[in-house]
Amino acid sequence: MSGMRYEAPGSVDEAVALLADANGAARVLAGGTDLLVQLRAGMISPDVVVNIKDISETHGITAEGGGFRIGASVSGAEMGENAALVAAWPGVVEGAELIGSTQVQGRATMTGNLCNASPAADGVPALIAGGATCTIAGPNGTREAPVGDIPTGPGKTSLGNGEFIVAINLPARPANASDAYLRMIPRTEMDIAIVGAGVNLVLDDDGTCTAASVVLGAVGPKTITVADAAAALVGSKVDDAALEAVKAAASAAATPIDDKRGTVAYRTKVAGVLAARAAAIAATRARS
Amino acid sequence: MAKHHVTTTINGEEAEYLCEPQETLLDVLRDEVGLTGTKEGCSSGDCGACSVMLDGRLVCSCLVLGVEAQGKTVETIEGMADGEELHPLQQKFLEEAALQCGFCTPGVLIAAKALLDTNNNPTETEVRYWLAGNLCRCTGYDKIVRAVMDTAADMRGA
Repeated sequence: MSGMRYEAPGSVDEAVALLADANGAARVLAGGTDLLVQLRAGMISPDVVVNIKDISETHGITAEGGGFRIGASVSGAEMGENAALVAAWPGVVEGAELIGSTQVQGRATMTGNLCNASPAADGVPALIAGGATCTIAGPNGTREAPVGDIPTGPGKTSLGNGEFIVAINLPARPANASDAYLRMIPRTEMDIAIVGAGVNLVLDDDGTCTAASVVLGAVGPKTITVADAAAALVGSKVDDAALEAVKAAASAAATPIDDKRGTVAYRTKVAGVLAARAAAIAATRARS
Repeated sequence: MAKHHVTTTINGEEAEYLCEPQETLLDVLRDEVGLTGTKEGCSSGDCGACSVMLDGRLVCSCLVLGVEAQGKTVETIEGMADGEELHPLQQKFLEEAALQCGFCTPGVLIAAKALLDTNNNPTETEVRYWLAGNLCRCTGYDKIVRAVMDTAADMRGA
């Protein structure tokens, strides 16, 4: 860690230049709840840490085009305090709010959770299910990418040299739409998911599901989008038969590891249970 | 590597210090500013012993760089009492013996105050979840939770 530089640029362009100049030896600092732990443990030793919290484009939750733009510096606590966001995207917010303690919530960001690229990231499945995109700044200007394209494996992202995520964007919500996120942890609080399930769905006026997405976390090296589970929901009233099909499809799609925190058999079964429960919760929310 | 000169407000008073880029706010508070009430437990954001308020938000000071406090306000356990007058939470923790070794206590008090400042009528479940990031190896938590609930009741009655 010795010799590490600290920079707090005030603009996106300055941040991009600092990151690009470091040629991979830079780390972005937003909430810092992963970064500082990794620095302390000697897992990383960057030449420069670039704090992006002084860049106004990374601030705030703004309603945009019927959806929301959530800046990369926005903490989980800020998300939970935003009534409009909670009403429109309760699943996304409950995922973000499951990350760490109250203290961690005061700092941790959803963008950081995404870029840390843990397969068990609680903030990510509901974002992917919701069709979220991110705005990425880089040496060639800004680009948009689906959130699901960012993590490429444990600890690895598709971000190029000099690139960083400025904000995450949630699309406009049709009527009768909602989402939910559930996770299983061996403790009751402050733990890492052994299974996570995010479901986003849209109902028509009769309560028939017209669109759905089911995304699993922590049961593979990356999140798993379960197309068969979504297909089981679309056209149904999200009734027991549809939920049974969701359960079977999610369990079939799970490819978990086996460790002391959960066996393959357990995680596989729980993946189905949580996907079905999250679908039922999302449907209840969409109806109300 | 050059040290950073940081100007900040700690417990209502302007403070300045020099720090290395990798030093945490916890390191700086204890070693540069001399405020050792904030404790170092795990240094990985798990135990909450280093809890402080940063611009009105409850955070682990071990997960904040010292340089990040530039221009911000920091509140630590040393600022909790009003002179000789203990904060109601501190008073209640003493009366109800909500501590044993006391190492986690500053962090618990800072966190509990942050809760009561926004919600003076929390349920026991809310208190337990709010304080889930403050580990105590002595009390078994019951006395801590009871003292926080009783302080809230007193504050509502006042």
